[in-house]
Amino acid sequence: MKTCLVVDDSKVIRKVARHILETLNFSVSEAGDGREALDSCMASAPDVILLDWNMPVMSGMDFLRALRDSNVASRPKVVFCTTENGMGHIRAAIEAGADEYVMKPFDRETLESKLQIVGLA
Amino acid sequence: MLTPTAPRRGAINVFAALLEQRTGQQIAANREWLVETALKPLMRARGLASLDALVAALVGGAEPALAEQVVDALLNQETSFFRDAGVLDMVADAVKSISDESAISRRPRIWSAACSTGQEPLSLAMALDERQVRAEIIATDVSEAALVRARAGRFSQFEIQRGLPVRRMVSWFESDGGDWVASPDLVRRIQFRRLNLVGDPLPFGRFDVILCRNVLLYLSPSLRRTVLDRLALSLRPGGLLVLGAGETVIGQTEAFRPSARWRGLYEPSLAHPIPLGRLAR
Repeated sequence: MKTCLVVDDSKVIRKVARHILETLNFSVSEAGDGREALDSCMASAPDVILLDWNMPVMSGMDFLRALRDSNVASRPKVVFCTTENGMGHIRAAIEAGADEYVMKPFDRETLESKLQIVGLA
Repeated sequence: MLTPTAPRRGAINVFAALLEQRTGQQIAANREWLVETALKPLMRARGLASLDALVAALVGGAEPALAEQVVDALLNQETSFFRDAGVLDMVADAVKSISDESAISRRPRIWSAACSTGQEPLSLAMALDERQVRAEIIATDVSEAALVRARAGRFSQFEIQRGLPVRRMVSWFESDGGDWVASPDLVRRIQFRRLNLVGDPLPFGRFDVILCRNVLLYLSPSLRRTVLDRLALSLRPGGLLVLGAGETVIGQTEAFRPSARWRGLYEPSLAHPIPLGRLAR
């Protein structure tokens, strides 16, 4: 079973994402901020990370840079999932090593489509 | 599923007949429940309370444009960027191969024969640009409303995220008031025209590739054969026909055979010339 780490400070978003991902046959884990997510990846890297941008403690962008600089053995796919929908943010995310980008609000079709693009659905 | 009551059943029959008359498309019994859903926005906009009221307005004939709006609403315009991405990549490879192997210098000609709101030809134009191939792309649809949207190249946030990789999005689209708009350079590569596959004259000249995906399934077997035969006439020898994932020519017509080189695509079968009488509707 493929694994996905959902990183978002909103419990509601994590719950909705988990529900969709489980219907797509993913095993889902959750983190409420970038620091928690980094610790989780060090322990066990998922196949894909669904990543919010604005979070307390460590933002999605800081997490992504730290992840790409880290010695995490595999290279998890990173899909930003954020309300930061401007072109500047999207370009910055790609430059920092994001594989895909989901603009909130999203639905099942959008998420499935993006996971297909990164080769995981 | 609810069985339509008698008056509603009568109205659905009227809409189904109108759709078939204008486009050749049929509404399967298991999709009849979609009719009311599809027509609700139109009914709401005109303050009509029921399907029967819409039929009355149609039959009254005071507004000729209403019939076209009903047909547009009933057409399934479901599409997305890079739909069946593997197939579209193979088509782009085939076009590059045709371009590379062409003895004379000419642009490959492609016909997207049911382009809906434009995602298919735009996807192909992007995929060909990445392969450094310039092709002539004609994109047609029976719905003028869909073509208006296609020519504008404007997509909602939900539409732009279905199938389009983010790197292609930032390369070819700009954000504008919550929507995403294709670059004029990309849209200019496509000629959008209205065309009813069942009855209108075919586009001038022959094509190297015709995409006709997810249309034949809505036609009766005899019309399906007629359309396939017409498409065969529009292909160059060795040209390729691309159908939807659930569609095939097998058992439909002898005018095509599976391509030996491009898996899942079809090419005109030279052994079976099409009797001209069969092309009449």
